[in-house]
Amino acid sequence: MRYVLLGLNHKTAPVALRERFAIPESELPAALRSFLDHDAEEAFILCTCNRVEFLARSTGHAPDVSGFVKNYLRLNGSSSAELEQHTYTYLDHDAMRHLFRVASSLDSMILGEPQILGQVKEAYALARSVGAVQTHLDSLLTRSFAVAKRVRTETGIGSSAVSIASVAVELAKKIFGTLDGKTVLVVGAGKMSELATRHLAAHGARSLLVCNRTGSRAEELAIKTGGRAIRFEELYSVASQADIVLTSTGSAEPIFLKEHGEAFMQQRRNMPMFFIDIAVPRDVSAEMNSVDGVFVYDIDDLQNVVSAHTDDRRREAEKAEQIIESEVRRFDERLQTLAVVPTIVSLHDHLETIRQAEVDKVRGRLGPLNPEQELAVEAMTRGIINKVMHTPIAAMKSAVKGREADPTTLIEAIRRIFNLPEKDDKKASGQD
Amino acid sequence: MPHLWLRVAVALYSIGLVYALLALSKRGQILSRIVLPAMAMGAAFHLVALTESALESGHWAPVSVHQSESLLAFVLMLFFGGVYARYRMLSPGIFVFPLVFLLAMTASFGEHPPQFTSGLLRSGWIALHIAFIFAGYAALFISFAASILYLLQERSLKSKQMNGRFFRLPSLDVIDDMGYRSLLFGFPFMTLGLIAGAAIAQNNFGAAYFRDPKVLLSLLMWMVYLVLLFTRWNSGWRGRRAAVMASIAFVTAVGAWAANFVSAVHGYVAR
Repeated sequence: MRYVLLGLNHKTAPVALRERFAIPESELPAALRSFLDHDAEEAFILCTCNRVEFLARSTGHAPDVSGFVKNYLRLNGSSSAELEQHTYTYLDHDAMRHLFRVASSLDSMILGEPQILGQVKEAYALARSVGAVQTHLDSLLTRSFAVAKRVRTETGIGSSAVSIASVAVELAKKIFGTLDGKTVLVVGAGKMSELATRHLAAHGARSLLVCNRTGSRAEELAIKTGGRAIRFEELYSVASQADIVLTSTGSAEPIFLKEHGEAFMQQRRNMPMFFIDIAVPRDVSAEMNSVDGVFVYDIDDLQNVVSAHTDDRRREAEKAEQIIESEVRRFDERLQTLAVVPTIVSLHDHLETIRQAEVDKVRGRLGPLNPEQELAVEAMTRGIINKVMHTPIAAMKSAVKGREADPTTLIEAIRRIFNLPEKDDKKASGQD
Repeated sequence: MPHLWLRVAVALYSIGLVYALLALSKRGQILSRIVLPAMAMGAAFHLVALTESALESGHWAPVSVHQSESLLAFVLMLFFGGVYARYRMLSPGIFVFPLVFLLAMTASFGEHPPQFTSGLLRSGWIALHIAFIFAGYAALFISFAASILYLLQERSLKSKQMNGRFFRLPSLDVIDDMGYRSLLFGFPFMTLGLIAGAAIAQNNFGAAYFRDPKVLLSLLMWMVYLVLLFTRWNSGWRGRRAAVMASIAFVTAVGAWAANFVSAVHGYVAR
C-alpha cells in the first residue's frame, strides 16, 4: 500500500504561487476524477488559502501525484521547476503524519486555529461524494479527525487568545464576567478602534458611545456600529458610564489621567472600569492602573499577552506532536494487521480444502460412520489444521506488532511454503 | 469506636485539603474532577456522624466544643454546596475545604471533650441560636474567601500576566457577586442568632450577661459585619479595601468563637 502526499503551504510557497495551485471548489470533482487516472485508487485534495494538499493511495506502484499536478494545472518546464522548489512530498508514514498534523492545526499559520479541521472535513465530504475516497483513505481521514479532536482536548493548543482583539475580549470577560449589556466608549474613531468595537459588540457589548475630536467621524462610526456619537467636550462627564473605554486618538498628551480615573470610580461607586489603550503615544496615563478598580492595558501589554499565549501554544504543540507520533504508529499497526488478514484467510482456505479432500478419501475406505465417529473425525482433522496454522499466524501477527524490519518477507515466505494461490492476494503482497 | 463516621468524613475532606493546596497548580486541575464528589460524600458521612452524636446525647444542640466544631464544619459545607449550586465554581473551596478539614479533624480526635455546663441545652431556643449564628459564621467566611479571591484576581489582572496562576480564578464580577450575596444572606441569620441568644440570656442570667467577653466580641463582630455590608452597598467597596474589612470581620469572628474559653455563659466544665 502506498500513500503519497504532495503539497505546498504558507511556509514553502508565496501566496502568488499558492494562488496558481488553488483549485476552485466547483472544479474539484473533475480534478479528483482526473487525479484517479494517475495510478491512484483513491485521491483527496485539500485546498485552503494557506495550503494545497494532494493525497493519493494505491496498491502496487506509487500514484503519480506530481504528474497529475503538472498535467492538471498545465505547467510548462519552468513552472515544473518551481513546483519542485516550493512543494513537499511525503510517502506512507510521513504522509499520514503530515495529514494528522494539518488536521490538528499543528501546521497552520496560527498554531491551533480551529478552522482547518472543518476545511479538511469539507474536503473529505466532497471527495467521498465523488467516490475518490472510499476505503483506506476514508479510514485515514476519519482517523485524522479523531486525532485532531484528541489533540484539542488533551493539550491546551487552542485554549488561549492570540490576537489583540480576542485578548481584549478575554480580559474584559475576566473583569465583567460577561460583556452582555456592557457600555463601551470609543475615543478616537480610527480603523483599529472600529475593528475592536465590532469584536466587543459581537461578544454582547450593548450601548456604544463614540467620541472624536472631529464630530463628523464620530457620527460616521456611530452610524456604522449602531452607537451614539458624543461631543469631545462631553467626554469626561460621560466617560464614567462606560465599563470599557477604548482609546485610539492621535493626541500627543494622555487624555485620561489618574485624577479622572479616581473621579470615575467615585461616580461609578467602585464598579470596575477597563481601559483598552491602543494609541501610540498612549491616551491613558500609566499611573491610571494604580487606581483601585481601574484596569489599563496599552497596546504593548496586549501584545505581550498575545506573544505569551503564542509561546504557550508552541509548548502545547510539542505535546501534540507526541500524540500525533503515537497515532501514526497505531494507525500503521492497524494497516499492517489488515495486511496479514488475506494471507490468514487463504492459508485457512488452503488447509481446509486439503482436510476435506483427505476426510472424503478416508470415508470411502471406512464405509458409513455413525454420528459419533463422524464428529470424532471432524474434530481430529480440524484440530490438526488449527495446530498447523497456529505458528505461522502467530508469527505474522507478532512480526506486524513488533515492527520488525519487514513483515512482508515473512508473509511471502509463508505463502511460498504453503503454496498459497497468488491470484487473490493483491492486497497482501502490495502492502509495502 | 466513637467518631467512626466523622473520621471517614475527615478522610474524604482531606481530598479537599489537598485540592486547596494544589488548586492553583496544574495538578490541581486533575484533582478538581474528584474533589466535589469526595466532599459531598464526606458531608453525607458527616451528617450521619452528627445525627449519631445527637441521638447519643439527646440534644440537637452541640454539647461540647468538639461537637460545635463538627457542626460548624458541616454548616460550612452546606453553605459551600449552596454557593456551588448557584455559581458552579470550586474556587471558594480553596479556603473553605481546609477550614472544614481542620474543624472536623479536631472534632474527630477530641478525646475527652469538655462539656458545656449550661442546663439550657434542653431548650429548643438554644439550638436555634447556635444554628443561626453558625450560618452567619459560614456566610461571613465564604464572603471573606471571596474577598481574598477578588484581591488575587485583581492583582493578577493588574500585573498584566495573563498566564499567571490566579488568572484561572473566576471573573471579578462573579467573585464579587458571590461575596456580596453571601453577606446579604448571612446577615439576617447572624442578627436573629444574636437576638435569640440575647433573649435566652436575659431570661436566665439577667444584665450581667452583657459584660461577658464572648457577648461583647459577638456584638463587635456584628457591627463589623454591618459596616462591611454598608460599605459594599453604599459605596461598592471592592478589592483591597473590601478585603481589609472582611479580614477584620473574620478576625473578630474567630475571636468571638474562641472566646468560649474565657466566657462564663458559654464556658465548659472541663476548664
